[in-house]
Amino acid sequence: MNRTPRAVDVTGLHKRYGDKLAVDGLDLHVDEGEIVAVLGPNGAGKTTTVEVLEGYRHRDSGRVTVLGEDPQAAGRAWRARVGMVLQDVAVGSESTVEELVAHYALFYPAPRDPDEVIAAVGLQEKRKSRARHLSGGQRRRLDVALGVVGRPELLFLDEPTTGFDPEARHAFWELIAGLRADGTTILLTTHYLDEAEHLADRVVVVTGGHVVAEGSPASLGGAAAHRSRVRWLEDGEPREVSTDTPTRIVGDLAARFAALGHAEVPGLQVLRPSLEDVYLELVGTAGRSSTADLEEALR
Amino acid sequence: MTAATLPATGPVRALPSPLRLGLARTAHELRVFSRERDAVFFIFLYPILMLAIFATVFGKQDPFSGTGVDVTFPQYFLPGMIATGVMLSSFQSLAIFIAVERDEGVLKRLRGTPLPASSYFLGKVGQVLVTSLVQTGLLLVVAALMFHVPMPTDAGRWWTFAWVLVLGTAAGSVCGVAFSSVPRSGKSASAVVTPIVLVLQFISGVFFQFDQLPHWMQDVASLFPLKWMAQGMRSVFLPDAAVRFVEPSGSWQHGATAAILAAYLVVGLVLGARTFRWLRRDAG
Repeated sequence: MNRTPRAVDVTGLHKRYGDKLAVDGLDLHVDEGEIVAVLGPNGAGKTTTVEVLEGYRHRDSGRVTVLGEDPQAAGRAWRARVGMVLQDVAVGSESTVEELVAHYALFYPAPRDPDEVIAAVGLQEKRKSRARHLSGGQRRRLDVALGVVGRPELLFLDEPTTGFDPEARHAFWELIAGLRADGTTILLTTHYLDEAEHLADRVVVVTGGHVVAEGSPASLGGAAAHRSRVRWLEDGEPREVSTDTPTRIVGDLAARFAALGHAEVPGLQVLRPSLEDVYLELVGTAGRSSTADLEEALR
Repeated sequence: MTAATLPATGPVRALPSPLRLGLARTAHELRVFSRERDAVFFIFLYPILMLAIFATVFGKQDPFSGTGVDVTFPQYFLPGMIATGVMLSSFQSLAIFIAVERDEGVLKRLRGTPLPASSYFLGKVGQVLVTSLVQTGLLLVVAALMFHVPMPTDAGRWWTFAWVLVLGTAAGSVCGVAFSSVPRSGKSASAVVTPIVLVLQFISGVFFQFDQLPHWMQDVASLFPLKWMAQGMRSVFLPDAAVRFVEPSGSWQHGATAAILAAYLVVGLVLGARTFRWLRRDAG
């Protein structure tokens, strides 16, 4: 087996459905032990990309290596090292939570303890419940339990917290922190910017089937995207300056207004862009998707 | 969170054997089947109830009076109900449940685990075998105890019983796997599969005496395995002297029965293997 330090290595990935190009020259890598979030509006090609990496879909072209193997040719031993939390996937609804987790654990050579996994996803209370009686968020947590019970080295999470209430999302983030501490490599797609900011070592923004930006949540989009904006009122008019040195601008303003006899600069604001601002700018400039998509993306 | 306290890399151990996983799947499939009320009623109990109803309603009549052959109606219906049970437990059950599992994404999820395809199918076969054996056993008990149907006493007839049952179950199972790709969704699966099975029951000598059906209907039924399973089972439970009156061909036709069931087994296997999909059709 050709082992590389990169858990996931993708170059020039293309995937077409009919005449629609879903993935268009995407490059992506995830190092061992890293947590990478793929952000992007609906239809950006996130799920297609993840499903190519999971071995569900055959690519049209490009080079793809996942844990040293080509996923579309990989076998059982490879699948034992990879955990997948997919979208729109049911379990036998007449089975209970503990039956399902224990059953899936049997498939793997060195599984986690099913009871501990159920506790880790916060379903102890529901262990005897049949899957069809679970709420949407609880079912998603069961998905996560089934994805990690095999003790994967690499975990794919495709929009794992959709339908979670804020409390469940924070509990889920703690679970991911636990997996990170174990050294699990994680590639997740998400609509939630705060989730990406909280969990990921690196964020990759995808639109139109290719990567438009990547970097740590703080550095995403480069220095220009992180320039602060200083706003104030002068002669009754709003003024705004975009700057890398907001402190100096504010100092200059204070001095100028003091010279005019004002102790305060009217309407003074210093705005630092949130990840959301940076993301919107990136997605907006890289081929605008429909407004509806963006609204959906920013739910 | 507890996951944090668990080591990420366990000891290197071999993957579990496909056979062991096949048995685990069998247990899982049986547990799920037994909880599906629809399945328990319309697949497992249905032939038993039908036998009880038909045998009660027509129990007093003598279908072959004046021929010198002593066959009661319950005795005539039992073979057809056994054949029906085999078809429901194998063909109908797999065609519907695999279609539903595919549509809901259960198959997709399983495909993402190291569970081998062979273990998945072993689980299905194991579930079908156990279900149809228990079902057939119950039919025999009900027929013998409630309706006094005489059970065969010679080994030859039980041998016929065994190969018709096994070949019929195998053929029905592979055809069920192949047919599971026909319904466009899990919701429509039941509506697509059930009428086919019901029509076959009417034309194959399950609810009516086969020899009294119109010839064209007999000819159509002869293209499908249910007629042959029912006929094979009649050769087990009806006296040989009855064959002249019961079968239009005047023979039990064991050779043809074996050949037709085997042909369905082979064709179903080839079609099933070529058409089986883990993902929904619309999934790209």
